[in-house]
Amino acid sequence: MKKTGKINTRTKTLIYIAAAVLYLSVIFIWGISMPKEAYGIEYSEKLLPPGWGHIFGTDDMGRDMLFRSVKGLSTSLIIAVLAAGISSAAALAAGVAAAVFGGRIDSFVNWCVDLCMGIPHLILLILISFMMGRGVKGVTAAVALTHWPELTRIVRSEVLQIRNSQYVKAAYKMGRSRLQAAWEHIVPHVLPVYLVGVILLFPHAIMHEAAITFLGFGLPAEEPAIGVILSESMKYISTGKWWLAFFPGFMLLAAVMLFDVIGESLKRLLNPGSGNE
Amino acid sequence: MKSKDGGKRGEPEKEIGLEALNIGFRYSPRKPWILKEVSLHIQAGERAALVGPSGCGKSTLAKILAGCEQPKEGAVLWQKAPLPKKGYCPVQLIYQHPELAVNPRWKMEKILTEGWEPDEKLLRDMGIEKEWLTRWPSELSAGELQRFCIARVLGPETKFLICDEISTMLDVITQAQIWQNVLKAAERNGFGMLVVTHNMALARRVCTRIIELPKLNKGLCLSGQMRIIDRG
Amino acid sequence: MEKKEKESVTGVENKWEHEKGKAPVLEVEDLTVSFGMYYKGLRRRELEVLHRLSLTVYAGEIMAVIGASGSGKSVLAHAVLGILPGNAAVQGEMRYQGGAYGEKEQKRLRGKEIVLIPQSVDYLDPLMRVGRQVRGVRGSKKMQENVFERYGLSENVDRLYPWELSGGMARRVLISAAEMEKARLVVADEPTPGLNEEMAEETMKSFRQMAERGCGVLLITHDIDLAFRSADRIAVFYAGTVVEEALTEDFQSGGAALRHPYSRAFLDALPQNGFRPIPGSQPYAGNLPKGCLFADRCPMRSEACGREIKMREVRGGRVRCIRDEI
Repeated sequence: MKKTGKINTRTKTLIYIAAAVLYLSVIFIWGISMPKEAYGIEYSEKLLPPGWGHIFGTDDMGRDMLFRSVKGLSTSLIIAVLAAGISSAAALAAGVAAAVFGGRIDSFVNWCVDLCMGIPHLILLILISFMMGRGVKGVTAAVALTHWPELTRIVRSEVLQIRNSQYVKAAYKMGRSRLQAAWEHIVPHVLPVYLVGVILLFPHAIMHEAAITFLGFGLPAEEPAIGVILSESMKYISTGKWWLAFFPGFMLLAAVMLFDVIGESLKRLLNPGSGNE
Repeated sequence: MKSKDGGKRGEPEKEIGLEALNIGFRYSPRKPWILKEVSLHIQAGERAALVGPSGCGKSTLAKILAGCEQPKEGAVLWQKAPLPKKGYCPVQLIYQHPELAVNPRWKMEKILTEGWEPDEKLLRDMGIEKEWLTRWPSELSAGELQRFCIARVLGPETKFLICDEISTMLDVITQAQIWQNVLKAAERNGFGMLVVTHNMALARRVCTRIIELPKLNKGLCLSGQMRIIDRG
Repeated sequence: MEKKEKESVTGVENKWEHEKGKAPVLEVEDLTVSFGMYYKGLRRRELEVLHRLSLTVYAGEIMAVIGASGSGKSVLAHAVLGILPGNAAVQGEMRYQGGAYGEKEQKRLRGKEIVLIPQSVDYLDPLMRVGRQVRGVRGSKKMQENVFERYGLSENVDRLYPWELSGGMARRVLISAAEMEKARLVVADEPTPGLNEEMAEETMKSFRQMAERGCGVLLITHDIDLAFRSADRIAVFYAGTVVEEALTEDFQSGGAALRHPYSRAFLDALPQNGFRPIPGSQPYAGNLPKGCLFADRCPMRSEACGREIKMREVRGGRVRCIRDEI
């Protein structure tokens, strides 16, 4: 059938992933290496619409919106990486412990998962961030502490499934110790699922960081953060200054969706059921 | 069935091998017993067949005898002692579906040498070709995979082999090939076997004694309409 | 149904004539089914699971296809019904009752005149009570009760969900679903695993009843004894193709009447016969040899075996082999 000329699904997926990684890493590196002057205050250029001088326009203090958005988004990415890292490490530990030890530990982990998922997400985020004194620390803690339950569940079920597989049982019978079997059979099996889970954590983390900052429970107003930018832009949206909300909002959306694309594509590729389509 | 002509090699035949003492098994206290008061003795070098209709607990008993599943009642003894929990087990189990019994992420060579290092002669006897060693499990047929699953447990420490329908999924020529190889290995290493099968012709061909599970088992036979009865 | 006369040599030709007198329900000619698969990262290749397979099912007979599990027999069933997955490519020709049988016809006829008895209850809707599923769109409550009674399913079974059925009951429910329609062709994919002997017999009896009503039954199984006991004709499946179609008697009479060297080797390897295997193994679907698929294991091969080999009629059977003295 269709053999020649057409790019197959797998190649297409890899191209998507490469594009997404490129976009995100450009923003990340550009944001980190950006000097403060790039988005400094310049009262002579207040509220300019998008044009050649300022592609995304400027805000009420004459700050360039392109540089602010990039800087803000890269801050969001850093927080997301930190939070996802902590969350996923906790999820891995809890999931593996629940599956391997079972019994009381399993019920305790499940109880924590249910507890965490039972409270409305945003309220929990706001509470934790508020308690930790807001700022980068508060936001990171809030996002990190609320995103582990789902991944824990995934890791737990994967470990359980593989632990009861025939080849792991055969390995025990052939004299492999529990540790050896875990390292040789279980970890390599759980790793890809876990990685997909971690990548799918990022968009959530970014969105929630922006959300609590927008509501005023996150990063302080002087920090260039997407949430801050968006909440400031609300004041001007009724006077027709659309670019203040549109471009930063669009960049946030793009970043979130691209992470989602990477995660979902990897999931399809690594799943034997759909991997051959 | 009464012919015991497997005893050409002399006295070790009489040695007591695998014993099941009043085995009882069910999945939970609310479920009916699948196995109840099942006792059997198989001598160390003997080849016995375990037969019975599907759903009568043959596979469950095989797993229990191999130590892969713990019985709820009774005990399994190998030469008068419980099966070791750690280290290489003298009683090994081979499964019906070889593709489930190998790690799909491992190359065949690694799978083969997980428990011990088979020598070339054994590989030749089992009909395992050199070039298969560098392949992934998904690139081999069920019959080829099953040869690996058998070879990897034929180490010198294996004293008893439990074969749970190991040739049911294979074509008849592969089935005959594999059984000839297994019988040859059993002859050479002197291990005993319990062959779980529903194929009477095969049981008669391969074994020296036939054990009918339904006659031993006081538990509920799960086939047919039984399930509707216990729903009440 | 009329029993075929068990005469040797002279009778053989007539027997075949007798079969020929019946109308073929399904004719499959040179059916090739391949699946696109990835290997080594991004390269795609085609795995030929069925390879130029030819097969005929006549009205009023049970035609058994025997071969190893996992060798692609189910793919044949799914190809006949037209329910292959998206990455499958189909070549070759099929005819239904002498007429065209393409995608359009498959869609129109399946579930009505052509029914599948699938391998497992997974094919039933898990959220619908089985009684309603068996009645389907056209069946009536009374018809369903009749069929259930015939298959020994008690009245309350009709209120159960598929997951509440035991293996044997599930099988009978699937068969009674097929009975509800006025089927002309029944494709049964491994209908007996999970059944005890009596129930397997019972299932076969119901297939025989269907055949007697003029239905063609294509029975796909790995259980050779079952095929020997209940089929009228047997097709031997090897490496994705049918190497021989023969009357069941040809197998039971010791193999001398068989035409293909694989069929004989196959018979010889049965535990109740010689239990003597020939060396070698079936070729891999991704790497099929040209010409005869059995050539590398055949004791009688010649150079000509490397060429394309057609299915031909020999002594009242059909065989894919070029030797003169078969």
